[in-house]
Amino acid sequence: MTDSQNHTQRKKEIIITGFGGQGIILAGIILGKAAAIGEHMESTLVQSYGPESRGGSCNAQVVISDEIIHYPYVSHPDILVCMSQSGYDKQIKQIKENGTLIIDQDLVHPARGLKCDFFSIPATGMAEKLGRTMIANIIMLGFLTAVTEIISMDAAQKAVTESVPKGTEKLNTKAFKKGHDYGLATLKGRQKKAAGQAGAIS
Amino acid sequence: MKPAVLTGEYFMTGDVACAEGALAAGCRFFGGYPITPATEIAERMAIRIPHVDGCFIQMEDEIGAMASVLGASWGGVKSMTATSGPGFSLMMENIGLGICTETPCVVVNVQRGGPSTGLPTHGAQGDMMQARWGSHGHYEIIAIAPSSPQEIFYLTITAFNLSEKYRLPVLIMTDEIIGHMSEKVIIPEAKLIKTVSRPKPKGRKDRFKPFAPGPNGVAPMPAAGEGYNLHITGLTHDEKGYPVMDVETQTEMMSRITEKIQRNLDDIIRTDSYLLEDAEIAVVSYGISARTSMAAVIEARKMGIKAGLLRLVTIWPFPEDQIRKLADRVKGFVTVEINLGQIHREVERCVGGKVPIFLVGHPGGTIIHPDRVVKMLKEAF
Repeated sequence: MTDSQNHTQRKKEIIITGFGGQGIILAGIILGKAAAIGEHMESTLVQSYGPESRGGSCNAQVVISDEIIHYPYVSHPDILVCMSQSGYDKQIKQIKENGTLIIDQDLVHPARGLKCDFFSIPATGMAEKLGRTMIANIIMLGFLTAVTEIISMDAAQKAVTESVPKGTEKLNTKAFKKGHDYGLATLKGRQKKAAGQAGAIS
Repeated sequence: MKPAVLTGEYFMTGDVACAEGALAAGCRFFGGYPITPATEIAERMAIRIPHVDGCFIQMEDEIGAMASVLGASWGGVKSMTATSGPGFSLMMENIGLGICTETPCVVVNVQRGGPSTGLPTHGAQGDMMQARWGSHGHYEIIAIAPSSPQEIFYLTITAFNLSEKYRLPVLIMTDEIIGHMSEKVIIPEAKLIKTVSRPKPKGRKDRFKPFAPGPNGVAPMPAAGEGYNLHITGLTHDEKGYPVMDVETQTEMMSRITEKIQRNLDDIIRTDSYLLEDAEIAVVSYGISARTSMAAVIEARKMGIKAGLLRLVTIWPFPEDQIRKLADRVKGFVTVEINLGQIHREVERCVGGKVPIFLVGHPGGTIIHPDRVVKMLKEAF
């Protein structure tokens, strides 16, 4: 995120939610680290702690900003990432107006007629195809990076390789790229659709 | 093997940053007992302290943990422990022993909701008065309160330096929110970190008095086994360390352990201020609540309310002068803390009825939202 246009965004609040064991907290750590270290911004992460982070519904709350973050808790996210139905059910009402909802469509069935911006990816299915369900979180992170541009691809990818267990860097990098490519394809599809609609109107 | 000072830029929790600060300060002994939300400090020390030839021991409980820390300190190494409410209660007796025997060490309390077992996984600031008076008898103590993972790194070094300089247990009063929150932490080069070690005695070993104060009121301190005569007891003792059960010795000892702090307040006390120069209302806060308060001050200024923040970095000894001076020029005070009014009463005492003072408190379990502070600033004055 080096171009000046992106620098007008300035404060983004993100909640990533899912089951304990899916790597929700790790995804939060990578996102926060990419922003703090890679992008030289301010970022905070507060996370579920205790039994819920080991099986129950859990979430990671990340704030990314140009300025010092005074209040690290997130109650109304700009970006809500859901990797479980229960997480979605719990958080969907909290999302900000004009917020962005991102779901793993293999695990979450959203309500119809949502007003927020909406993206979906079959992250778990894609992870299974790569041979490890566990990397769905990294696929999701790649997707999130592509569709929201809150952090740059370079910063995110570097944070991924630094944060995942030793020996799994290659697989996770592959997972990240898969998610990122899927995100870019999704954006392209949208542009085409928008261009098509504009053409139809004129 | 990694070095003691992990120079670099990190995204780490307050607990981990605290452990790294301790290692950077020269801590080479950790004795503890795991307790949420302080466990990650012990965990990090268990992983890291072997890298610097230090010693980690998990004791049978917090009473033993605190005793091991005092023993290690008299063995000649900088030592620490970390705990939370219930463990802090168990440590109180031996913290008193540390004060009486003038033993440098650092105790970290990552505060959670209390009383009793309370809210193990949720933050609070309810042990602030326990930090001051939790052990029996009259004494002075040093307690400091960091507001971020970066600050806990630096303040842990400060805590060790103060404990070594003034020969007493120094308390780091942090909380679950800072302990478990990840944020950017920059660890500087080792040569830029100033560390202080206890003054060592000189002269004849057989005539040495371990409690005869030096120029700043603090006695030099040898390690056990270095050949100096040592007698260390929690009984009232003279300069040689021998128990003497009379009023004169009690008076002399009490003067020594209290005056070494009272005479050095300028060296010990640290506060931080934000927009306080022209402020009409002073918000007084510390730790995580000071961050909330800063957001509220910024918001209030936008509304035309002249608020400013006095952030207490040192809690004990209490920054009385700073509050008194403010009380002469502001129209009122607001204290913000995650308890129902502990430091608030201290502020009230120092304000002495000169101007009104209000509390934004919380029984524990979460952070105070800045909106609550803004509301108070709007409505109370």
